[in-house]
Amino acid sequence: MPMTMTEKILAAAAGEKEVHPGQLIMANLDMVLGNDITSPVAIKEFPKFGKKNVFDKDRIALVPDHFTPNKDIKAAEQCACVRAFAKSESIKNYFEVGQAGVEHALLPEQGLVTAGDVIIGADSHTCTYGAVGAFSTGVGSTDMAAGMAIGKAWFKVPQTILFRLHGSFRPYVTGKDLILHIIGMIGVDGALYEAMEFAGEGVSSLSMDDRFTVSNMAVEAGAKNGIFPVDDKTLAYLKESGAKEPRIYQSDPDAVYDRIIDIDLGSIVPTVSYPHLPENTHPASDGAGIKIDQVVIGSCTNGRLSDLRAAASILKGRKVADGVRCIVIPATQKIWKEAMHEGLFDIFIDSGCVVSTPTCGPCLGGYMGILAKGERCVSTTNRNFVGRMGHTESEVYLASPYTAAASAVKGFIAAPEAL
Amino acid sequence: MNREGRAFRYGDNIDTDVIIPARYLNTSEHKELASHCMEDIDKDFVKNVKEGDIIVGGKNFGCGSSREHAPIAIKASGISCVIAATFARIFFRNSINIGLPILECPEASREIQSGDVVSVDISTGTIVDKTTGKEYKAEPFPPFMQKLIEAGGLAEYIKENY
Repeated sequence: MPMTMTEKILAAAAGEKEVHPGQLIMANLDMVLGNDITSPVAIKEFPKFGKKNVFDKDRIALVPDHFTPNKDIKAAEQCACVRAFAKSESIKNYFEVGQAGVEHALLPEQGLVTAGDVIIGADSHTCTYGAVGAFSTGVGSTDMAAGMAIGKAWFKVPQTILFRLHGSFRPYVTGKDLILHIIGMIGVDGALYEAMEFAGEGVSSLSMDDRFTVSNMAVEAGAKNGIFPVDDKTLAYLKESGAKEPRIYQSDPDAVYDRIIDIDLGSIVPTVSYPHLPENTHPASDGAGIKIDQVVIGSCTNGRLSDLRAAASILKGRKVADGVRCIVIPATQKIWKEAMHEGLFDIFIDSGCVVSTPTCGPCLGGYMGILAKGERCVSTTNRNFVGRMGHTESEVYLASPYTAAASAVKGFIAAPEAL
Repeated sequence: MNREGRAFRYGDNIDTDVIIPARYLNTSEHKELASHCMEDIDKDFVKNVKEGDIIVGGKNFGCGSSREHAPIAIKASGISCVIAATFARIFFRNSINIGLPILECPEASREIQSGDVVSVDISTGTIVDKTTGKEYKAEPFPPFMQKLIEAGGLAEYIKENY
């Protein structure tokens, strides 16, 4: 039976010769991830599974990144709980403040994920690692606890939607614009319970950072995972990060897809999702009437080095508009250091931005950039739900780093090419 | 397994940020989470909800963040079942894993109104709107998920089987 790459990875992890959509399987896990919000719940549940210790201390990653450096006493208590568990179980991949970063930027950077892996994380954006050809998906804390106990998770094998990418981007268009465009097209439940697979000759023109951004937001279309084929760029990235040997699975040419959607990358424009759903997409060039109070550039979606370079290329020699606060958050310590050495911080600070230590903080309305009633923010993050970044009457507009930086300069939503 | 209560009806794409806003995720205490359940779209929910009541959502209920705090907050608030046209997948598995009964039934999701008295038989998937007298049938769970539910959640299932 022909299979998609998602089906092949799941079949191998379940010890089956083949699997078909709808089949329920128990799959072996290569990595189990949790953060400071979801791990405490999992740690509390863990004793109920009746196992003395975790299944493999090397295949669990604990990354306190959401409310760290600790934003308040309760957050500090949650981090203390994760820290104590990591110590008592000798978890190798526990990342303390100082080594930590936004989890989905950190794990690939540290070589902890590779092609062919099956990964669960108690964080919805765990689908990010599909960019390196892994099956990777978000789960809740009880699934995380089960994963830590037995190294397995149950899955319903998803149907797959194939996105065939053609051509290449125009200037100032990025993976963020592509995924917002797709979510605008199919809706926030357009891929519900399904796999999104990206293929076609256009894939080769996407950088790894673009692919991470695209896979990261698959969940915003309801998808279980968002996966890319493994090519030379993937292999070079995995080699550099020190990841373990990739296991390459390719979709069969006659694999069965639920739907096939063709996308001309050259037709995509800088795109913005208006409140309060990622599917409310508009061309950035239509946003001139929308005055803004804040810009956030960072997160697991767009806090990587190329994102910071893109923002800096716009901000260089320019100033953040009066009345706008622009917050830049490199996603990991490594990215922070590289950005600093490249001189990007000089550009950010000279233009009037503030640079934060790595944290998820403002993306989910935690801290480090909360919005007041009536305020508007252009953000490179992933969700613009009611109250997501603060007051229920604040508004979040999702965009690429280019568009976010251009908007910071203009003081309203602006397309980067208009500067 | 029969449950009966009044319906609280909400729309499509009810996300986990409105079910339990992230500003309250610095705790995992069930009762504390429940005290903020739904407050960003229905500030009276917590005041009005009674043990056994039922939430009726539209499509893609529970989309967004993977926070298990969302089904935990709903369950701890006294809600005995969530009926929706469709559920976001992480919310779906979280609910099954923690033993919050959920049923997918587009017709019931469309027709049941706020305040209707609704009775639900989880094992058969039968939903009765006692206010209108109309009966609905939800898709039954596949046998594996039935086993998970019967075991009382994922922890118990794994303890018994692995």
